Amino acid sequence: MSGEPVLQARGIVKRFGHVEALSGADLTVHHGEVVALIGDNGAGKSTLIKVLSGVHPPDGGEIRLGGRAVAFASPVDARRAGVETVYQDLAVADDLSVAANLYLGREIRRRGPLGRIGLLDKRAMRRGAAEALEQLGVRIPRVTTPISMLSGGQRQSVAVARAVIWATDVVILDEPTAALGVVQTRRVLELVQRVRDAGMSVVLVSHNMPQVLEVADRVEVMRLGRRTARFTAAEATVDDLVAAMTGALTTESLD
Amino acid sequence: MTTVEQAVGWRDRLGEWLRERISVAVSEVTAAAALVVLFVALSLASPHFLTADNLFNIGSQTAVIAIIAVAQTMVIITKGIDLSVGSVAALAGVVGAMVVRDLGFSVWEATAVAVGVGASAGLVNGLLVSLARLPPFIATLGMMSAARGLVFIVTGAVGVYSLPESFQLLGNGVIAGIPFAIVVTAAVALAAGHLLSQSRFGQHVYAMGSNLEAARRAGIPVRRNLTAVYVLAGVLVGLGGMIAASRVNSGQPNYGIGLELDVIAAAVIGGASLFGGQGRIMGTLIGAFLIALVRNGSVLLGINIHYQQLIVGIIIWAAVYFDQFRRRRLESRG
Repeated sequence: MSGEPVLQARGIVKRFGHVEALSGADLTVHHGEVVALIGDNGAGKSTLIKVLSGVHPPDGGEIRLGGRAVAFASPVDARRAGVETVYQDLAVADDLSVAANLYLGREIRRRGPLGRIGLLDKRAMRRGAAEALEQLGVRIPRVTTPISMLSGGQRQSVAVARAVIWATDVVILDEPTAALGVVQTRRVLELVQRVRDAGMSVVLVSHNMPQVLEVADRVEVMRLGRRTARFTAAEATVDDLVAAMTGALTTESLD
Repeated sequence: MTTVEQAVGWRDRLGEWLRERISVAVSEVTAAAALVVLFVALSLASPHFLTADNLFNIGSQTAVIAIIAVAQTMVIITKGIDLSVGSVAALAGVVGAMVVRDLGFSVWEATAVAVGVGASAGLVNGLLVSLARLPPFIATLGMMSAARGLVFIVTGAVGVYSLPESFQLLGNGVIAGIPFAIVVTAAVALAAGHLLSQSRFGQHVYAMGSNLEAARRAGIPVRRNLTAVYVLAGVLVGLGGMIAASRVNSGQPNYGIGLELDVIAAAVIGGASLFGGQGRIMGTLIGAFLIALVRNGSVLLGINIHYQQLIVGIIIWAAVYFDQFRRRRLESRG
């Protein structure tokens, strides 16, 4: 886990009117690691995620992807660069099938003139979706099932799977298990680990400290709009994390 | 996996598949059953029902309702509603009639003009919804009034008569024994059905109605698509208005008052959801046929027109209640 970070944010500033949500925030993500991003409510986690995924343009600072400086004008930009995000509200279309959701905005068209006028190759998408879900170990009845007929955990898994399928570098997960029960949470966390094992980098925003220590390789803590502490998950305790979140402990030099 | 587990899994999967299919098609199946029952009942109740003349009449009446209901369905899928269809159809119809009478246009040229009128009204609706961000209910309520006002302004509130025989082609013409209007309806339904279910645009329309934010984040050009849906709907409303005028061989300023209720009922009966994201052309066709039968049957059985209004109102309540009930049950499963 050395060398150039896959994703690096340095000194990110984001203001909303007079409120400074991020005042020089940093985040480092290396290749093939799960980084947990934690912090109290209002610490700026969600804002940082939205800056990294192209929803909010930053007012200052620098984002580097694979060593190159990037500027995302929109979520589409970020996705094109290989950064996929699963938001808390999932952003799946309930009435569409699992396959249609996985390919939403990236539909496969038929070959030839029929494709040029916009006709879809549904079979190819069904096959692709089934293969991808199988690979990720996501268990759902069928890829033709509408999302509205799935359980909360299955929906979450589909949302995560969609991000993973299209991401080339980094998957950002904003509170992926907040609304889930125990068994469903387990499924999603297993999925996160499989994604990491496949060589992808994951940024996991979570409130659940034991979960963070279990799944993440490293933990970065935000407080008052900047990074205040970094831990290796294997060496940290829940108490350490809480201390860092409340400001009792810092590992970063704050100037 | 052991064989026992496989066997259980197989049965579970079959059960799930059946439940899924049924829940998708339940409105269509229910509506089709109601249609058959009504058809048989009317055949028994009135000796005039199963006559060639009456069936032809039902056919061309269904055509107008069906074409405009297809337009309504597309709008409803986006979680919108188009209240202006009646007024816009009337505007298209009178303008179509006037260009024939006053400018000597052929019936085909007049149809193109009527479609253009509908498309223009649709474009205004679409821009009001997508750019000005008015709720569809308000945008099209305004158009309902504005278009009706235009109808009275251009006609001076007088019907457009003295039209050549050829003007009746769309509404009363026959091709190979089939009413021309039915052929047009079939073509429209086929095209719209394919557009919705097989094209990328159609997929995006469902996605936008299901979760607009998700569609936007997926990079779908939601404003452009939304505008396009209203324009397409306007095209069909213009066509429907022209057929309606052709049926009575005149442009009627009062045509289409209350038509929005008939077509909304047709769409909702067929499974379109006012909450967006759901609706299929097949269902809408069945719904349109059902509404046309209710209208026709009421006339044959001598039921007062005001009772027809009452019946359509109750049908709308029942259909939307049913849709809500179905949605709640699905959500409680999730």
